[in-house]
Amino acid sequence: MNPMMHTVAPMTMMSPGMAPVATPFFFYMLAGLAIAGGVLVIMLRNAVHSALSLIVTLLAVTGLYLMLYAPFVAAVQIFVYAGGIMLLFLFVIMLVNIDRAAKDRRFNRMWPIGLAAGCGLFALFVSAFVKGRALFPDRMMAMSESSNTQQIADLLYGNVDRMGQYRMGPYTFAFEIASLLLLVAILGAVIMTKKKI
Amino acid sequence: MPNFITSYFGSTLTPGAAGNQFWALVYVFVIFTGVSVAVMAMNWLERKALAHFQIRLGPMRVGPHGLLQPIADAIKLALKEDIIPSEADQFIFWVAPLIGLLAAFTVYTVIPFGPSEAVSDMNIGILFMLGVSSIGVLGIVVAGWASNSHYPLIGALRSSAQMVSYEVAMGLAVVSAVLMTSMNEKGTGTLSMIGIVQAQQQQGIWFIFKFFPLGFIAFAIFAIAMIAETNRAPFDMAEAESELTAGYHTEYSGLRWSLFMLAEYAAMIAVSSIAITVWLGGWMRPFPNLLRAPAWGFIFSLFPGLTFAGLAAIAVIGTIRMPSHSFFKVQRMGLAGFAAVLGLIAFLLLVLAVAGRSPDASVAARFNAGIGYVYWFVLKIAVFMYLFIWYRATWPRYRFDQLMRVGWKVLLPISLGVLILTAIAGVVVS
Amino acid sequence: MVPITTLHYLVVAAALFVLGVIGVLTRRNVVIVLMSIELILNAVNLNLVAFSRMWGNLHGQVFAIFIVVDAAAEVAVGLGILIAFFRNKDTINVDEIDLLKW
Repeated sequence: MNPMMHTVAPMTMMSPGMAPVATPFFFYMLAGLAIAGGVLVIMLRNAVHSALSLIVTLLAVTGLYLMLYAPFVAAVQIFVYAGGIMLLFLFVIMLVNIDRAAKDRRFNRMWPIGLAAGCGLFALFVSAFVKGRALFPDRMMAMSESSNTQQIADLLYGNVDRMGQYRMGPYTFAFEIASLLLLVAILGAVIMTKKKI
Repeated sequence: MPNFITSYFGSTLTPGAAGNQFWALVYVFVIFTGVSVAVMAMNWLERKALAHFQIRLGPMRVGPHGLLQPIADAIKLALKEDIIPSEADQFIFWVAPLIGLLAAFTVYTVIPFGPSEAVSDMNIGILFMLGVSSIGVLGIVVAGWASNSHYPLIGALRSSAQMVSYEVAMGLAVVSAVLMTSMNEKGTGTLSMIGIVQAQQQQGIWFIFKFFPLGFIAFAIFAIAMIAETNRAPFDMAEAESELTAGYHTEYSGLRWSLFMLAEYAAMIAVSSIAITVWLGGWMRPFPNLLRAPAWGFIFSLFPGLTFAGLAAIAVIGTIRMPSHSFFKVQRMGLAGFAAVLGLIAFLLLVLAVAGRSPDASVAARFNAGIGYVYWFVLKIAVFMYLFIWYRATWPRYRFDQLMRVGWKVLLPISLGVLILTAIAGVVVS
Repeated sequence: MVPITTLHYLVVAAALFVLGVIGVLTRRNVVIVLMSIELILNAVNLNLVAFSRMWGNLHGQVFAIFIVVDAAAEVAVGLGILIAFFRNKDTINVDEIDLLKW
């Protein structure tokens, strides 16, 4: 499906000093935080600790979104993921957390196979990236922050504006279906947890 | 002077937009200090105002009229024994107040005290503020869980359920106001806080008065929801002493408890500033369009100096009325010194207002304008803080099921209705 | 220092994805399995947003919003199922959820 490029209203002049500062430092810090949080999620015994490290991962990924000039996705991530979904997780952990789970084994008996499968998957990804470098020669390696100022201005200022145009434009039907999906999910969750249907 | 300091002078952008990290850090430091002082002042005002509502005097001993009471409280809390329950989860017990504190203080980066007096102007400002204050709920839940005790857990679950319920109504009320920002000839609105105030300036009407009564109902919904959001009376079921022995912060003692109180007061100021920015015109002085003549501008620019002069006069009257017993000598001197400081500030502000009365680009005029913006914003925040205390003194507490009923069955449908009617009104008017 | 390219973000996303997959395959606690699924979804989101930045349009970001919506719905229903199952069997171990085994 061809991505339809819609014309947008002319953007205002980009203000000076918009170039992000110390980009590699922040990238490596946020990426390290995200991966460390991910490792802690799957390694910790206590489920509440796991949930807290998942919150750390989500906030680090929010920072990465902000570095990718996606402020609206970052705000939605904080709102929905860190503020809503993780709260739901914490409630359910408090409801079902039984002391027996603390003394159980953390990993099931097939954990070497799972670990090997994960490593194999990561090797597959890395080989795909290495081989695919040649596919996008000028774009993959050239994501420098100040290469295309008009592009950056389009992406950052008026991000919400353009998201609204996409929402009313090519993705109208999808957004309506998404709201129906949420309605069905609410109904499903309520019915699932009722004691007497 | 180094370039990174002087390059920001004369700029009409916030330090974040201008890319100037030094001044952004200075603003952050000033805001942090200001909020801490405001929380202490709020603590004092709450005790005095509640006392006067209940026909008693409140703290009178520690400083003149109890002015040094918050400092004494802070020192007492810092020196108290730090008790951690032995069965509590140590790491989470320690980290829970920090989550609430971080969430409460992070929102201050986007609060605009003036058109360029903000740390940074994110173009998703209002969304950022609502989202980060929803992270504060996590701190409460985790605090209740980590205490490993019944009352804190129930208090934490109730408090977080209440906060999540009223966040929905808050969000919808804000959406209907953001919708109003798009009713200009360009047809596009904005989510940035400075943009919302500038939209009110451009459309010539505070959003609380726009499409009357729709703006007012949206403001009322937000005002009710923000009281529930910060767990204040009459929605303070989760932390009321007669109900749950202080709820989620029962097991916290000393400095940790003071962190919770700091987070609560900071959250109160933050949500009040959302309400002020979105509905009450932010930093604009009253009647910006009705009384447009420059003479009115000059009169309103005298208000900061006159306010401090009034406070100095009250302090002087307090000094005169203090009993002339030798026991009160130190208090008299303290209050007289305080009156002198206030009088000095009043004098400086009045001189500045007179010197900068013509709206040109001179340093005095720009300082005058900046102080004017900050003053009106802080005055509106002070009005909201007094209202919070007034509500606490006056209204009885909601029961928890009544609270949830109000949040879901009353506020949510009304806010949805206001949103739809605002959209229809906007289409009809344009 | 090498300038940060799209590839850096893709590698981070791949690492998060693999961590999520390992969590799903190896942990016994159902809630942690669901949290690992959230890690997977976040990795996919990061991938999409990185590509959206690369191409300069917003299709990736809109798709990321959809995935966030979908994750919220799935977590709600999944945790509801978990609570319903916990009421019946009083366990949250994946190994012991075997009522359909013959």
